[in-house]
Amino acid sequence: MITNRSFRLRLTFWSLSRRRSRLLVALTGVTAGATVLLGLLTLCYDLPRQLGREFRAYGANLVLVASGTGRLTVSDIQKAQALWPENKTVGVTPFRYESVRNRLRPYTAVGTDFEQVRKTSPFWHLTGKWPEEPGELLVGADIAENTDLKPDSFVTLDGRNKKQERYEKDFRIVGTLATGGPEDGFLFMTLSDLEQMTGETGEADLAEVSLTMDEAALSALTGIIKSSISGLEGRLVTKVTYSETAVLSKLTYLVYLVTLVVLALTMICVTTTMMTVVLERRKEIGLKKALGAESSRVGREFLAEGLLIGVLGGLLGSLGGLLFSRIITISVFGRALMPQFYLIPVTVLVMVLVTIVACRAPVKKAVAVDPALVLRGE
Amino acid sequence: MSAILEIQNVSKIYGGVKALQNIQLLVPQGQWLAVMGPSGSGKTTLMNIIGCLDTPTSGRVIMDGLDLGSLSHSGLTAIRRESIGLIFQEFHLISYLTALENVMVAQYYHSLVDENEALEALAGVGLKERAKHLPRQLSGGEQQRVCIARALINHPKVILADEPTGNLDETNERLVMFILHRLHKQGSTIIMVTHAPDVAAHAERIIVLEHGRLASDRENNPVVSQPSEQKSADSRAEELNQNQKSEESFLAGTMAAV
Repeated sequence: MITNRSFRLRLTFWSLSRRRSRLLVALTGVTAGATVLLGLLTLCYDLPRQLGREFRAYGANLVLVASGTGRLTVSDIQKAQALWPENKTVGVTPFRYESVRNRLRPYTAVGTDFEQVRKTSPFWHLTGKWPEEPGELLVGADIAENTDLKPDSFVTLDGRNKKQERYEKDFRIVGTLATGGPEDGFLFMTLSDLEQMTGETGEADLAEVSLTMDEAALSALTGIIKSSISGLEGRLVTKVTYSETAVLSKLTYLVYLVTLVVLALTMICVTTTMMTVVLERRKEIGLKKALGAESSRVGREFLAEGLLIGVLGGLLGSLGGLLFSRIITISVFGRALMPQFYLIPVTVLVMVLVTIVACRAPVKKAVAVDPALVLRGE
Repeated sequence: MSAILEIQNVSKIYGGVKALQNIQLLVPQGQWLAVMGPSGSGKTTLMNIIGCLDTPTSGRVIMDGLDLGSLSHSGLTAIRRESIGLIFQEFHLISYLTALENVMVAQYYHSLVDENEALEALAGVGLKERAKHLPRQLSGGEQQRVCIARALINHPKVILADEPTGNLDETNERLVMFILHRLHKQGSTIIMVTHAPDVAAHAERIIVLEHGRLASDRENNPVVSQPSEQKSADSRAEELNQNQKSEESFLAGTMAAV
């Protein structure tokens, strides 16, 4: 049995479903708006993560050092790693510096973890190969250019440890390193080779940490590190974090601006369509009023149509938005984003609000239609 | 017989144009009144005022004992909903609703929708079989009959028909007039605007407006179904399209009733 309530719903449904061309125009506008809205909101959410990974190509954004004059211990670095989420870690690279000599000429030897280096300093340009076996050495580009320490040659390094005991070890040069920075003047070997050579283990001068976190989160992390591990201090690499924050905030601002423009355009589209609908249906509105419909009732019917378009367009657009943002991130960043499903109800709600605002003027026009026009045959 | 409608010294002025001037009219319950006159004579203005779609500049309109001048906008809407059935020259059916739904719309704005009652109303105008058709799938005559069913569904006190046959061919004009005859016989008050003398000839009373004034008001011996017309019912039925079987049976039924 059809009740007044179900008849009202059917009237709204029929009005849209049997006038498909108009419905399609309005629905396309709202759907496009919702698609861009959800797509951009998702990008806004995911942009720091995606760009954060891109920024990691410029090097570490946090350095762990000993708070006093001493050295870090490897166990302190491991403890610190437990203070941030593992999924935010790009890499943690320990560095230990020692003064060594080759045929009386002084050099700085650096012991490190080359697997981690490739993660925290992807900008290092290597000619040759990474040291993998014990006794393999990388030389900085400046050294290779100015001395006879060339790839594939053998070199003996010697020096004295903290106890002033003399040490000596043979290495084979397997590659040349160019960074354009101070690294070009160093000799690089694995940390275990350096430890074996000096006879001192479990220490490092600093650790470069690359995390997908923004400046605020990193600042908070430095505080946590300081209070959690005595003798260990975290310092921001400000030239990286500052640039990252500046670029991200500008990009986010731009995306929000585009989102606002899209919402405004959607509103104009819906208003125009609904206005056209009102003009096309002046006789129908006049007829309804002539049949005894109150103006407010006619207004509510138009609003209901608008709301239905808003909900439908919001839902369809949300699906489109998920797809849109996925395509963007894959094509721009080469990685799929994490879909934020809670943004779907947010998008639908926003589109409903946009539609309500957009329908205000058309509804006002609809309720002002003179019912006498149906008798005048206008 | 008591008056369903009383118009006392009604004038309507739009800007400087006097659309109606001092109209006096008493319409008894159950009367079929035809309003005639040339274009611009004030027919539509009078219909708008009677139909509560407009208000007079001066004078009083009393419908079923109620002074319409005392009513608010919403009160006039209620009178329109409760007491008046409108039949239009251009039918004014809602294009995306079926014949049945178009009738139910009037129920919806009046009180409660009742599908069976709406179907009965369509059956009363011979369109039960066409209930599920959209207006574009109906002929002009069928659309006008849907319009009539819609006007009657809420049992109005007064039926206002504005050129009800103006857009119809001769066959459909006869059908519509038969329906109006039947309604009149059942006691409905009909006020019909027409410019066609042969249509006005069906009414009991004919008034003529000229320049907004009542130029004439006369009783009429209405054209009822003539014996010759009854005889030719079958031949008229043959004039109808063979697909319009419902119209044929309806015509025969209507003729018998008239």
